[in-house]
Amino acid sequence: MDLKELYQEIILDHGKNPRNLRKTTNFNKDAKGHNPLCGDKVHVYLKLDEDKKVQDISFEGQGCAISMASASIMTDLVKGKEEHEVKEIVKDFLEMIKEKDQLNNKILEENEKTKLMCLSGVKKYPMRVKCATLSWHTLTSAIDNTQEEINSEKID
Amino acid sequence: MNIENIKKQFPIFNNKVQNNDLVYLDSANSSQKPQVVVDRIYDFYTKEFSNVGRSVHYLAVAATNLYEETRSLVQKYINAKDPNEIVFTKGATEAINLVANTFGQKYLKEGDEIILTELEHHSNYVPWHYLRRSKGVQIKFAEINSEGEISLESIEKLITSKTKMIAITHLSNVTGAILPITEITQLAHSKNIPVLIDGCQGAPHLKLDMQEIGCDFYAISCHKMYGPTGLGILYAKKKWLEALPPYQGGGGMISEVKKDGITFGDLPNKYEAGTMATAQVIAFAESIKFLNQIGIKNIEKHESELTKYGEEVLRKNNSVKLVGSPKNKGSVLSFTLDGIHAHDIATILDEDGVAIRAGHHCCQILHDKLGLSATARASLGVYNTKDDIDKLNESINKCKKIFNK
Repeated sequence: MDLKELYQEIILDHGKNPRNLRKTTNFNKDAKGHNPLCGDKVHVYLKLDEDKKVQDISFEGQGCAISMASASIMTDLVKGKEEHEVKEIVKDFLEMIKEKDQLNNKILEENEKTKLMCLSGVKKYPMRVKCATLSWHTLTSAIDNTQEEINSEKID
Repeated sequence: MNIENIKKQFPIFNNKVQNNDLVYLDSANSSQKPQVVVDRIYDFYTKEFSNVGRSVHYLAVAATNLYEETRSLVQKYINAKDPNEIVFTKGATEAINLVANTFGQKYLKEGDEIILTELEHHSNYVPWHYLRRSKGVQIKFAEINSEGEISLESIEKLITSKTKMIAITHLSNVTGAILPITEITQLAHSKNIPVLIDGCQGAPHLKLDMQEIGCDFYAISCHKMYGPTGLGILYAKKKWLEALPPYQGGGGMISEVKKDGITFGDLPNKYEAGTMATAQVIAFAESIKFLNQIGIKNIEKHESELTKYGEEVLRKNNSVKLVGSPKNKGSVLSFTLDGIHAHDIATILDEDGVAIRAGHHCCQILHDKLGLSATARASLGVYNTKDDIDKLNESINKCKKIFNK
């Protein structure tokens, strides 16, 4: 039954038809991520307005259903949020994928959290956790403007 | 040959893996170990252990004899001329690094050229890349054809007066192509170019005859040959081992050590510095005996039939696309599934106990060329059966169902 938890309908849908899979015109922040073990690549583009609100977010890349769905859901959920809120959501998501049972942030609506929790199925597949987290780490790198490519083998 | 009897010799198949019977299709990565090999390691450590080549006590002498016995067995198995042409290393990777390092040090200068192929595993590219950085040598890649093969001509057209080494795989771990290594060696030798063969995939599956192939170097990975991990073999013609400088310095590889100078030991000690993987070497004798008992020709036949069956079954499965279709193919079935990423395939197959590999299989150059970020790979060993292929196919169908394909 674990497979059904991993490949839920919503994951398959986002994996097949990823939202925001494009390049934002006039983006003002971006970062690349790479998983050298499997070859997954992602490039996240952000456009923040003067109030540091995410006006647009998009990504380019290729990868498995989990990594594409994760990036797709991520871009959907952080659009319109303020930069500090985005960071809080990322932190909350990464903690949930690693150890917590649920999401604790007060930013996302309940239905949004439910959507994001669909990715929690990877917890039972330790080798696949990095598929789910690569785009999130890359988003952090874009916000922080580190100019460093995220390498999934060099992060927890 | 009775596969069920052979399979029974591998204890891993007696146990369930996550409540499933194991369908092991990852032998190109590493093979499972027969009981005799596991037992030999245990027996050596419990009853016979000593370091080799140093002390004069009974156990040391016995262990040294066993260690050298494996060298002789390997020599005979690959039909090398001399047991001193067999050097133990920590793996095939180290064997190739040994050659690249010592050969590069002694013979290569800026502008010299090395020919590799697009099929090479990273372990037969990265060691040469170091020479590109340190010596300024050029690396050229012979291109694959549409079947995923390397032809003699693709190598021939890259040869110039500056070519100093041709380093190629025996059998591609992705397309399964078996390269015409004897012909390539003859061509190279007609132009005085030495040849190194990465035999990681060749050695476990094909009959080896170093004198017939004629290559200068042949690298072997023992853990892919039903042997222990941490052990590889470099076959090198004696003239090279005598001419090349030592690789690592340390105990065992010296002749005389003075404050103002050192002389190095004779073969094979010259290339075996420090305490070697003694138990693994001794246990590897059992792997060779195991292969000999079945007979490599029988193994070739069995695996070739199984590969053909696998190709047939997977070709009939609409969504599956096989990667490469070489005429002369070893027991590797790499494939993609329309719209389903290799990692998703591997996870879903694993749930049924079907162990395959997904990714670039340490061949990024090849995957870039094929325009694929990742492929799924089922690779066969002596213990596999048609039933395993059928189970693979069933699990592939399950992937399609999950992804509504």
